[in-house]
Amino acid sequence: MGNDHVMTEQGQRTRSIIRAVVTLAAAAALYELLARSGYFAPALLPTIPVIVRTLIAMIANGTMIEHAAFTMYRVMFGFGLAIAVGIPLGILMARFHRVENFFLPLVSALMPIPSFALVPLFMLWFGIGNLTTILIVFYAATFPMVFNTWSGVRSVNPLWLRAAGAMGADEQKLFWKVIIPGASPFIITGMRQAFLRAWIAVVGAEMIAASDWGLGWVIFDAKEFLNADIMLASLLVIGGIGYAFERLVFGSIERATVQRWGMVRMAKG
Amino acid sequence: MQDAVTTTIPVDEVPDRPQARDRLRLVLRNIFPFLVVGAIWEIVAWAGVFPRRLFPTIEEVASTFARLTVTGILPHHAFDTVIRLLSGFALAAIIGVTIGVLMGRSRRAEDICLPLVSILAPIPGLAYAPLFLLWFGLGNISAVLLVGFVSAFPILFNSWTGVKAVKEIWVRSAQSMGADDRRLFSHVILPGALPYILTGLRLGLAQAWRILVAVEMLAAVPWGLGWLIFGAREFLNTDAMLAGIVVIALIGLGLEKFVFQKIEDYTVVRWGMITS
Repeated sequence: MGNDHVMTEQGQRTRSIIRAVVTLAAAAALYELLARSGYFAPALLPTIPVIVRTLIAMIANGTMIEHAAFTMYRVMFGFGLAIAVGIPLGILMARFHRVENFFLPLVSALMPIPSFALVPLFMLWFGIGNLTTILIVFYAATFPMVFNTWSGVRSVNPLWLRAAGAMGADEQKLFWKVIIPGASPFIITGMRQAFLRAWIAVVGAEMIAASDWGLGWVIFDAKEFLNADIMLASLLVIGGIGYAFERLVFGSIERATVQRWGMVRMAKG
Repeated sequence: MQDAVTTTIPVDEVPDRPQARDRLRLVLRNIFPFLVVGAIWEIVAWAGVFPRRLFPTIEEVASTFARLTVTGILPHHAFDTVIRLLSGFALAAIIGVTIGVLMGRSRRAEDICLPLVSILAPIPGLAYAPLFLLWFGLGNISAVLLVGFVSAFPILFNSWTGVKAVKEIWVRSAQSMGADDRRLFSHVILPGALPYILTGLRLGLAQAWRILVAVEMLAAVPWGLGWLIFGAREFLNTDAMLAGIVVIALIGLGLEKFVFQKIEDYTVVRWGMITS
């Protein structure tokens, strides 16, 4: 009977894959049809072969890779800083009332300010280039990190704490064995959100504050010359990198921690 | 059912009526961090680490803020921005919740939508901006469409997760008690998914807000806070820029406090899904 269950699950999955492929093919065909219909100018809506050719050419001559490398460097630097600041601050805020009382009003006041609103200001202060971009990424990524860690630690079931305490766990054990695993779904969600925001912020910041490298800059620069093919090719690269991070990196982190600990129900995908 | 759920959730603090003195202390406690940061800001401004033009004192920012508010320039910018935000967000909320709930309930809808959404969502919203500007031209239409398009994703994802996260046992027990599809949806699935949906709406609004400011900078709209900030940079009007940022923060804070917390209080907290 268990075997039977596995079989249907597998059948379900192959059907899902087939449907996904069909959907994507249909969407691509629709786009191609629109592009070839001549209803829009070909400069604005290039066909898929043109986009693919541009993408391959840009990867082959190395420009796309260099753009991507610059963007990755900025994003990882800012994201790393955000994690290094956000997780400890979030934990401190959840564990100590005094820290919470001081930082919560500040965090709530700063969080609604979009990172992009600060780009012009940071440009004036720190000039054009890496420093401004990294700081913007850091600003954008820190808040989801702090906020999720904070709510994660706070949402640890008090019953677990008491149970662990009753079984003789000391502070350190309680922290590593109960609070961190208990808060981990939130912390990982926070990292995901933080990366997404960092990724948004880096593109936005590069559009305005980067000198001459970076994926955001390419897209914005391509607009000036109506190079919609370069724009869409860079969009594909940006989407691809974002997707890879979301799925491969965070997905595997989640599998290795949260799902193994049985904190969330397995979701599809 | 609601009572049973609320009583099982442990509450650390007994909520009693806040006395006037307690309230005063609360206000002071909230103001204190800002005083510290403000003092540091003043010290840096007066010490001249940055040129004065680039790092104005708080008094200068405040007077610019007052001047621009009295002349009606700041309110006009803010008004246009809010209208754009609301129309874009309304678009996103309708699309996001509908598709998300459908994806959560039907395997077929999930299979069809998930690949498209997974491809489109990881691309940062702002990256679409030049494309939208090319396709729909500079101005309001691009701005609203882009805001709607981009902020639909978090709403969609959260609605989807929320519907999937509804406990199987609730659904089954409701069914065994004879609930039909419509009742199941309105009494079990929707309340069960609501915390997620509200989180999604919240994230969506925040996303809309972030993108909007950026879009206003790029789309050359005649009025709007993003444009104000961006334009002020050209003339090194750091004080006007900071005044604009303050308004942006206030609007964002207002949305959070007066829109979402109210909704949450009326629905999720009352149903005992989370403690306030």
